[in-house]
This record gives sequence, C-alpha cells and structure tokens, in this order.
Amino acid sequence: MSFEPEIVAFLCNWCAYAGADMAGTSRLKYPANVVPIKVMCSGRVDPEFILEAFERGADGVFIGGCHPGDCHYVNGNIRTRRRVEMLKKLLEQMGINPRRLRLEWVSATEGAKFARVMKEFVEEIRQLGPSPLRRK
Amino acid sequence: MKKKIAMYWGAGCGGCDVSLLGIHEKLLELLDDIEIVFWPCATDFKYEDLEKMPDKSIDIAFYNGAIRTSENEEIAKLLRKKSKILVAYGSCAIEGCIIGLANLYDKEEIFRAVYLENETTPNKEKIVPKEKAGELELPEFLPHLKVLSNVVKVDAVIPGCPPPKPVLIEALEALLSGKTQFGKSVALCDECPRRDTKPDKIEIDRFYRWHEKQDDGKCFLAQGIICMGPATLAGCGGECIAANIPCTGCMGPPPKVRNQGAAMLSAIASLLGEMDEEREKEVIESIQDMVGTFYKYTTAKLLPKGRVKDEG
Repeated sequence: MSFEPEIVAFLCNWCAYAGADMAGTSRLKYPANVVPIKVMCSGRVDPEFILEAFERGADGVFIGGCHPGDCHYVNGNIRTRRRVEMLKKLLEQMGINPRRLRLEWVSATEGAKFARVMKEFVEEIRQLGPSPLRRK
Repeated sequence: MKKKIAMYWGAGCGGCDVSLLGIHEKLLELLDDIEIVFWPCATDFKYEDLEKMPDKSIDIAFYNGAIRTSENEEIAKLLRKKSKILVAYGSCAIEGCIIGLANLYDKEEIFRAVYLENETTPNKEKIVPKEKAGELELPEFLPHLKVLSNVVKVDAVIPGCPPPKPVLIEALEALLSGKTQFGKSVALCDECPRRDTKPDKIEIDRFYRWHEKQDDGKCFLAQGIICMGPATLAGCGGECIAANIPCTGCMGPPPKVRNQGAAMLSAIASLLGEMDEEREKEVIESIQDMVGTFYKYTTAKLLPKGRVKDEG
C-alpha cells in the first residue's frame, strides 16, 4: 500500500485557520492528509504538543500563525518562531528529521497560500517517508 | 511491629545509597521503626535470600538506579513481587538521570566508546564484554536504558539526584506512616535563594555558559545563564543555587508538567528579549546541546526506545 502521510496542523484562530477557511470557500483543493487543530494563537502551541504528536506517530507537524507584527496577542507568533527553531535542533538530536516540523505565516486572506503550503508539505513528507515512530 | 525495608542499587552511581546515610542522626531514629531485610550495598544479603522471602513480605522496597542490564530488570520484578510498596528512589529510577543520556546512542556505539576508543582504557586485545564467555554468563546489556516504571508498577517516587536531605526525610516519614503521596508541587523558583533578585521582566539578549560570565549573584536566567528552576520541582531548597551553580533539573518536573525539557524550552523562548530573526537564530544556535541542557535527567523518558532512526 502506498504511504499516505498523516499531518497534524495547529492553526491559529485569527489568521491561519481563517486562511484555511478561505481556501475552502474559494474551492481550492489541498490534500486530505492534514488534520487541523484550531488554537487561539500559534503561541498556544506548547512544545509538548508537538513532541507528543511525533511520539504518537505523526509523520509531520505544521504550525500556522499570523505574519510577524499581525499577531492578535502582539508577539505570540514570535515566541512560536523561537520555539520551533529550538525544537528543530532538539528533533535533530533525537534523530527525527527536523523537516517534519514546519512553521508558516498564513493571513486570513491567504487561502491560496494555505493550499499551496499544504500541498508542498504533504509532498515533502511523502518524500521523507513514514515517521519511524508511526504505529504499525 | 518494625517495618521491613529493602534497598536495591540498580544502574546508578551509588549516590542514592549514600544519600540514605546522608540523613545522619535521623537514620538512627528511623532504625527504631525499621528492619533492613535486603540492602546489598550496606549489608550482606544475597539474591537467594530475597528469593526465599514470602511474597509481599517486605513493607517498603526502595529501588535506586535505572535498568540497564537484564539483572537490574530481574531484581526489579523480584522486588515488586516481594514488596507491598515499591518506591522509585532517585532520578535514575524515575526518569533515567544522567545515564539515561546513553539513549542517544545504541549499544554498539556505547561499547565502542567505552572499551575500544577511550584513550584511558588500554585494551590491546580489543576485548568487549560478552554475555557468554566459556562457562561464565554475564547479564545482558539491554538495547536501551529503561526506568523502573517501564518494567513494574511503581507506588511512590522520591525525586532528586540523589534525593536531597529534606526531600528524603519527608518522604521516609510519609512512607513509614503509610502515605505514598508527599513532596511539593511548585517549581524551584518558589524557594530559590535568589528569588528576590529576579527582575519583573527577564529579557535575555544572549546565553552564557557558567564559566563564561562572572556571576553577579542575581537570578541566573536574568544573567543569561540557563537555569532549569522554572521547570523543576521544588523541595531541595535550592542547594545548588546556594552554592552558586544554576539548577540543572535533577528533581524532575512539577506534577502538572509531563515533559520537563519542553516546558523549559518553551520558557526560554519567552524570555528572549527583542531581536531580529537573524540574531534570534544565532542566539538559539549558541545552545549547543539541546538534549543535554533541557533533558539532562529525562532523556530516558524522551527517548524510551533509544535514538530515533529517521531514514528520510
């Protein structure tokens, strides 16, 4: 059977989730491999959530937030950017390919960007293959 | 009636056994209430003696050290069978501690580093331990390090590397009176000797390692020195900080935190001051060893099956 990536996407309420909605209302297609989880802010995404997603076998984890300067809570997205930067270093040391974690800024109007990034990310994970922590 | 106590030394440095003696006169007081039935480090008991004891005949068994060999695992299971209450004693037994960092490497890499490449270990014949050598049999060196709760049910934990005196005394008194829940539930900062020197807002512009900066006696994090205090359970009274050494997290996380390293990593990201993205990358890059810094005592929990092998 061919490999279908399972991707967990944490999307902020104000920008990225609205961007995903925009992709929907604009009838844009993107792969069904993505499981969206709405959070109030990308800054709400505790590094523990990301590690747990990988621990439970996610092939990739995506975080979508507002563009820098646009955060509804001033600087939640900046903190996320720092956490993701640190987590990528941590994942590498743990032996997990850091490309499995991706952060992107998606505004409420960028439905097209959301669909494009999802396509790209799913394709990238497909190339990387299943996560070694995936449950058989 | 005196309570029957057992203490076993698994894969660990022996500091836990010493810590029990480190409660000084208190131990003499406790000796009125307890009878030691098994403690290989201090008294002459053999595994046979333990096997002969009836099941559940030991009131409280303390297991210190992690599970690195099949022997450790066997004794853990045996102690579980023979005891009413099994206590994970010290960081190794609870979360793997320093030796848990070995889970970043596999068995072959560890043997090669220890027996073949280590310059201070002359080994011309290139001898590496085997499980069977002629008639002799050695316990198996397990593929990765386990903690006690990976193998058997654990009833109580006494954290610390080794458990600090106040933590240990409270724990022993509680256990002897039949309680299995004890200890604090807040973070170390709550009882830090430098607590009053913490500014309202910490803004780190770069990180320093301990030796790179002259300590000004204030909160380590405010100085840009990584201190695990915010993600570490209180109880030790900040012994290390009183000796001018930042906390490295040996008490493990407070009860509501599951992943100590992730909690600290998250806190650090919030404490960085304003800087552009490029500078941010440089500053984060300067933390050389993420696992060793944030998971110094909990690597065995982060990587229970050893380092992940991601082919992608």
